[in-house]
This record gives sequence, C-alpha cells and structure tokens, in this order.
Amino acid sequence: MRITVDAERCVGSGMCVLTVGEVFDQREDDGRAVVLRPEPPAETWELVREAVDLCPAAAIVLSTDRRP
Amino acid sequence: MGESPHAVTTMPTARQLGCPFDPPAELIEARQHSPISRYTFPGGKPGWLVTGYDLVRSVLADPRFSSRKEFMLHPTIDYGDIEIPPAPPGEFLLMDEPQHSRYRKPLMGKFTVRRMRLLTERVEQITADHLDAMEKTGPPTDLVTAFARPIPAIMICELLGVPYRDRGSFQEQVDSFMNGETSDEDLIAAYTATQNYLAELVAAKRANPTDDVLSELTDSDLTDEELQGIALILLAAGLDTTANMLALGTFALLRNPEQLAALRADPALADRAVEELLRYLSVAKTFMRTALEDVEVGGETVKAGSRVILSYNTANRDPERFADPHVLDLRRQDGGHLAFGHGIHQCLGQQLARVEMRVAFPALVNRFPTLRLAVPPEGVALRPETADIYGVKSLPVTWDA
Ligand code: SF4
Repeated sequence: MRITVDAERCVGSGMCVLTVGEVFDQREDDGRAVVLRPEPPAETWELVREAVDLCPAAAIVLSTDRRP
Repeated sequence: MGESPHAVTTMPTARQLGCPFDPPAELIEARQHSPISRYTFPGGKPGWLVTGYDLVRSVLADPRFSSRKEFMLHPTIDYGDIEIPPAPPGEFLLMDEPQHSRYRKPLMGKFTVRRMRLLTERVEQITADHLDAMEKTGPPTDLVTAFARPIPAIMICELLGVPYRDRGSFQEQVDSFMNGETSDEDLIAAYTATQNYLAELVAAKRANPTDDVLSELTDSDLTDEELQGIALILLAAGLDTTANMLALGTFALLRNPEQLAALRADPALADRAVEELLRYLSVAKTFMRTALEDVEVGGETVKAGSRVILSYNTANRDPERFADPHVLDLRRQDGGHLAFGHGIHQCLGQQLARVEMRVAFPALVNRFPTLRLAVPPEGVALRPETADIYGVKSLPVTWDA
C-alpha cells in the first residue's frame, strides 16, 4: 500500500492525524497533511483506509503496489 | 418508475416532548421514507431536504453545491424576493472556492491536532478553576453559566487575543445571534456592536501585536475588514458550539446513568465518548447548500438554483450507518459522524473542541460523583428549533456537598 496527500486539496482538518498519527502529520506552518510513512506497515492499513474515508477533502490518495 | 418522491411540507419547529436529544419526529420519519425528500420553502420555492447519512455526506463533498450566502433562503420564513448580499469579507463559511481558501489557508496551521493538544494543560487549568468555583459556591448551580460557557469562551478568546475584560459583553452579543429568540431589532444592534468592537480589536492588534492568532494574521495581506470577518466567525463558532455540547452533553449523560458511570470508571473511554456525544447530539444540526447546476442526488434531480437543506442530526441517526442510532453508547466503534460537517468547510476548530470536551466532561463527572439535575428533566429549558445551534438555555444541577 502506498499513500500520498494532494496538498492542494487538503483543508487541514487533521482527521488523518487523529485517525492514524504514526502515518500522517500536519505541517507546522500551514496545517497541511504530510505523509510520514508513504508505505505504511500492514498493521495500520485498516486505520489508513479509515483515514482515506474520513478525509473531508478526499485528499488522501491510496494506491496498491502492483508488482509483476 | 415515475414514483413521486416523498415530500415534507413544513420544517418542524419543536422536538417531541420528552425527547430533548432526538431530532424532531418529522425528520426521522422523512428519513424512513427516503434519504431525500421534496421540501417547498415558504413562498413556494421548490427545494429538497436530505436526511440520509450517505447523501448528506455526498452533497457536502460535491463542489456543484454552493455555500454562498447570497443563495441562501430562510427555511421557515418567507422574506419575499429580497436580495441577500454576498458574505462580508472574511466570513468564509458562506463562500465557495477560491474565496474560501483565501481565508481558510492562513488559519489551517493554527488549528492543527498538535497545536490544539498543546492547549490541553491550559484547558485542564481553566476547567479546574471553574470546578473549584462551583464547589466553593455550593449547589445548586446553573451548569451553563458556571461551566459550559466560560471554558470554551476563555479558550477561544485567549487563542484569538480578545482581552479577558471584554469577554462578557462580547459573549452576550454572540449569544443573541445564536439563541434563535432575538428580535430583528436587537439582532441588528448586537451585530453592529460586535462589528464595532472587532474593528477596534483588529486596529489594536495591528498597532500592538500580541501572541495570538489575530495578531499573527495581521502579518498577511488580509485587510482589516477581512480580519474582522474572520474574527467574527471564529469567535461565534468557538463560543457557542462547544458550550452547547458541554451543557447538553452533561444533560444527556445525567439521563443515561449507566453511560455516565462507564465514563467515570474508564478514563480511556473519553475520546470515544466525545465522538459519540458529538454524533448523538449534533448541536450544529442543519446546513444548506444550493445547486449550481442540475445534480442527481439519490435518484432525484436537484435543479440548478434549488436549495438543499441538510439535516446533520438526522443523518447522524441513520440506522443504515449507525447501529441502534438513537442509543447513546459511549463505547460505539463506528466513527465518521457528520457533527463537524464534511467537505472543504469541515469545522476548522474541531480539534480545539475535542480537546475541550475531552478534558471537561471527565473532570466534571469525577469532581462531582453525585451530580444530578436539580429540576425534573421536563423542566430543563431548551433552545427552539429555529436556533442555529441546539442546546439548553440553562441546566440546573445539584450534588451532595
Ligand atoms: S484528513 Fe484530509 S483534509 Fe484533513 S488534514 Fe488529512 S489530508 Fe488534510
């Protein structure tokens, strides 16, 4: 699982940080989300999916690695 | 096929007797019929009422629905064809992109999860001070004035940099915008007084910047008028919403003693308890959007220009989303309530509100193990449904001193 945040869409709600703080943080200056662990450990996947769903701005993009 | 959608003819003006925490029965019934109902505004303009969780969420996330003030229509009063001016500069709740972002962006860094958590200790201190004062004065007391209103008020005033001595009159004015019972004349007077006060405050911060959000914002390209607008909505939101959550939330806990006991017994329950109280009470209960083009919502076509009333509190009681939705269950696992909204306007101050409630509820119930209502539950005065934010007017409580 890979995640990125579309900084232009992010509205700084903090929902992702609240949901899974070891994977997301907010930048100090502008409050936008940053991804701490772009390839989050498997035990956080469920919460990461929840964060994707909760994000009010649909700013978190989730892609599953497609390995040959 | 060709089935005509469910219609709601009038917006309810009261809750069912004995059910102060539940949305009006008419709205619950509407949702049972269908998540979207037709609603004709007084004066005959056609519109919609959305009560289902999924649909409320999808409308809030959809940029084809506008929040602009000039499109708003009063849900229950016919003001004829008077033109509503656009939102004043800075009042970004009632704007769409790109104007909305101009104001929200410089604020986003000031309300982050981390910054708000850093305020925990300060909230604890203020909470303890007010509990001490309650103890000293002794029972009975009105929990609204002794506890629920001052805690969030002090926090938002300190955050923004409103001097303590100005807080009282300011709070009274904001209350008169929000209580749903103020005459038009008094509303105008309160609004003017508030604007004058904020103009002075912004000028003072420009002249002598202090360590607060408003002073920090003077260091941007925002004009005085814009700063005033921003200050107004932050203060209004910060003063009234959490205060109502704290008072109504305490009322709800007192009416659900086994839940109250659970919160007392298990401090780790606090975070979940706050989310559940937010869902169950949804004090910011209704918002409106206007379709900018024809949009299909739940199989109905919402025509360009039509208004859609979104019932957050009914959506937060949607059984398709929450099991046993009318039960207050502090251990509930499913999150995702709409109490702070959804989409780009989702509450900016939500992390502050969480910290305040996270501290205040447990502190209150632990300090007073025998806390109870001092009047019969039917005797608790409630705000009318016309108020933007629901709550109790006062909450007489007592305890064994
Ligand atoms: S939940 Fe979405 S909008 Fe909120 S901070 Fe995270 S990425 Fe940004």
